[in-house]
Amino acid sequence: MLDKRHNPLPGFGLTMGFTLFYLTALVLIPFAGLIIRTLGMTWGDFWHLATTDRALAAYRMTFGASLAAAAANAVFGSLLAWVLVRYDFPGRRLVDAMVDFPFALPTAVAGLTLANLFAANGWLGQFLVPWGIKGAFTPLGVVIALTFVGLPFVVRTLQPVLENLEPEIEEAAATLGSSRLRTFLTILAPTLFPAVLTGFALAFARAVGEFGSIVFISGNLPFKTEIAPYLIIMRLEEYDYSGAIALAVVLLCFSFLFLGAINMLEQWSGRFQR
Amino acid sequence: MSIELRDVSKSFGGVSAVDRVSFAIREGELMALLGPSGGGKTTVLRMIAGLEMPSSGDVLIRGQRVNDISVQQRNIGFVFQNYALFKNMNVSKNIAFGLKIKNWKRQDIQQRIAELLQLFGLEGLEKRYPHQLSGGQRQRVAIARALAPKPSVLLLDEPFGAVDAKIRQELREWLVTLHHELNVTTVFVTHDQEEALEVSDRIVIISGGRLAQIGTPREVYDQPANEFVARFIGVMNVLETEVRGGQARVGELEFPAPDQPDGQKMRIGFRPYAVQVSSDLTAFRYHAVLRRTFFLGVLLRLELELPSGLLLRTRMTKEEYSVQGLEDGKEVSFNIKQFRVLARESSALLPENEVQYQAPPVMGEHI
Amino acid sequence: MAGALPKRNAASNVQSRRGTEESPFVKWVLISIAMSFCLVFLFVPLVNVFAQALTKGLGYYWTSLTHPDSWAAIKLTLLVGAICVPLNVVFGLAAAWAIAKFEFRGKSLLITLIDLPFSVSPVVAGLMFVVLFGLQGFFGRWLNEHEIRIIFAVPGIILATVFVTFPFVARELIPVMQSTGSEQEQAAMTLGASGWQTFWHVTLPSVKWGLLYGVILCNARAMGEFGAVSVVSGHITGLTDTMPLRVEKLYNEYNAPAAFALASLLALLALLTLVVKTFMEWRQARRYERAQHH
Repeated sequence: MLDKRHNPLPGFGLTMGFTLFYLTALVLIPFAGLIIRTLGMTWGDFWHLATTDRALAAYRMTFGASLAAAAANAVFGSLLAWVLVRYDFPGRRLVDAMVDFPFALPTAVAGLTLANLFAANGWLGQFLVPWGIKGAFTPLGVVIALTFVGLPFVVRTLQPVLENLEPEIEEAAATLGSSRLRTFLTILAPTLFPAVLTGFALAFARAVGEFGSIVFISGNLPFKTEIAPYLIIMRLEEYDYSGAIALAVVLLCFSFLFLGAINMLEQWSGRFQR
Repeated sequence: MSIELRDVSKSFGGVSAVDRVSFAIREGELMALLGPSGGGKTTVLRMIAGLEMPSSGDVLIRGQRVNDISVQQRNIGFVFQNYALFKNMNVSKNIAFGLKIKNWKRQDIQQRIAELLQLFGLEGLEKRYPHQLSGGQRQRVAIARALAPKPSVLLLDEPFGAVDAKIRQELREWLVTLHHELNVTTVFVTHDQEEALEVSDRIVIISGGRLAQIGTPREVYDQPANEFVARFIGVMNVLETEVRGGQARVGELEFPAPDQPDGQKMRIGFRPYAVQVSSDLTAFRYHAVLRRTFFLGVLLRLELELPSGLLLRTRMTKEEYSVQGLEDGKEVSFNIKQFRVLARESSALLPENEVQYQAPPVMGEHI
Repeated sequence: MAGALPKRNAASNVQSRRGTEESPFVKWVLISIAMSFCLVFLFVPLVNVFAQALTKGLGYYWTSLTHPDSWAAIKLTLLVGAICVPLNVVFGLAAAWAIAKFEFRGKSLLITLIDLPFSVSPVVAGLMFVVLFGLQGFFGRWLNEHEIRIIFAVPGIILATVFVTFPFVARELIPVMQSTGSEQEQAAMTLGASGWQTFWHVTLPSVKWGLLYGVILCNARAMGEFGAVSVVSGHITGLTDTMPLRVEKLYNEYNAPAAFALASLLALLALLTLVVKTFMEWRQARRYERAQHH
């Protein structure tokens, strides 16, 4: 490891100075602004604004749908990662590349196309709506959009873990008489679980802040499909800065709690490794 | 016979890894599968276990053909090179795994674990996880886990490969003791000839996917079946000679070769200890200069250069060296009291790309 | 005992690792479920974008794209990208140089701060700038008096987009620069190269692929950002509508084919991003393989 004092390379002062300046100007000052405005409120005001009935409904929608979507991704993402790592089949590489598509696609486009697909006359909606499965303007639509947005997380956290599993572990279980299913349940599943949980948490955190893909499909019906970020925008349009800020701070706190939880999870996943 | 292979071949995607190998292992035997890396010995072991299926030929365990029996049902214990301990389970749970699958009763499992922990000197470690164990401890847990369900054979893949040199010697002795106590048929793979000679009852030497020789350590050392075995086991001087007048000759050296026609090429091999050396120039018929002396501890290795330029290797104890008053550059006389005519191994046995086994004019490898 | 004829058993070749692999039936069931999921959530939505864009034919597609308001949105989006990406590239290079080549206290705190925008909802990010520069914001009165417009104008859109895309380039560059170490730069210095020469001829070439990927990601996100921009733009048609905002507007005006036409351009951008990413991974794998052979 190099030490700054003994490193002959130039440019530390310049690059560090610029980094700090840019970081301060574009990230820290906006953050500070939000915090100062929050501290300007009394606790009573803040609590009142952050816990209106409509806000509570929006949190419920945001966190509930995010949880459902992250759970769906934990199941299907794990399956997808397993299939991509373990099996060879036509189109595997194409699918593997496409897993990142939700990362790359602007959320507005995702929302647009999903809303269209699940509408009563859409490609998928025309089969699903007669069965009572309505995507457009329902909480289910929100879950669908968030599942799309969070799809890469579980797959991409689990894939490297699966690739690095020693095949000998499974062979050892087999030589001891263990069936495939038993090996999976008693050895593979506990080994993979922390990675799945990390992916789940990442997908959940992403979903909580998501906005673009949902506004198209949910219809933004207050108390029904309205999500917290949308309510922030509503408050802003009413020039209710304090109301918007109170909601934003609640969302931010959740984001940071999650960031901390994810870090702890990652350390926990490493605990059986040397 | 505990384990038998009959004409077993295995190829991976058209590349032959094991080619028509047959041998049998007796009940209770401690057998080494020895050969250079990439020679197919691990594949042979994995086929016995059922982790690989032979492309052709039969594998028999206790007289029963097991080709169609899955690895789960073969009742073998397998110890992997990197041990493959279950990282999410502690020592007890690792050992109990195979017993639970065989539906042992709870008390029986507890009793068996206690028994094995004691036998393997692992008491007090039962709640530790694999990452909290030393290399030697991990290996013992791996063997205990493999032995727990009382397998009919124990298979070990390079069991001493992953531990450092100091513990290795200890583990070797321990494996021999363990084998004497349990008397379970044991097969282990190694690329280290010393290890194979020291530990095993018999050695199967495999090279280039083929069986080169099978025999006791004494047999393969004293009567190597061919030049490959001769060179792989211990050190051997190998000379390329040509027969003239009933003598195989190279440089000034002559070896009796009665009944051989003139012009016949012959390979002559002899161990370093077969070369007698004296500082008395009249003691033996050949003369050479002592080029270099290598100190290896109790033994010294000497390199002799003949007037014709041939180099020979020999060895001598420290005491004899000083009694004889030898030193580098001194002229000596010597004789070769034993030699063997080496069968030329067929080209299939030693693929042409295995350069390391092609003979320079004179050589000896290892120490 | 010995001398049994070699039997060629074709079946045993197929299932050479029986017992340690799933049966073909289980395998294909799992593959089918996973692929159905991908079909519904990845491929159908992608194809739908283009299919819907072209429902009224190529002519309508073209007219929708060249409609003055849409055209203005495309130009604004390109402008936002053209400003945000170079800014974040300069920042990414500077931050990666300082973090990867030097040791200093508080390094992990700095990395956490750089990652911060990732964990902020885009809407909240936009709100932060409204709080600073909006009419009721900290600088709102002063800006109003001097007739400088940030919120509901292009500068606000750019600020919000820079915030949201802030970590992308730095995030790609830091690990690449860390893995190359600083021996090469030090070697160049001993040969008499100046700091800038070393950077141009040694550092930049060794991180160019990571940089390219960072740029592509940053650009895709900058052009596609919706939430943050939606808060600060004011949705003034023809002036402060970026492509994603215009897509929403067209969709709300029940002009789906035009919305999809504009969306198809953004989808193409996403596909391009994936192609570059896949190419880079392929290239890296090939280099790794080569290194193994030598």
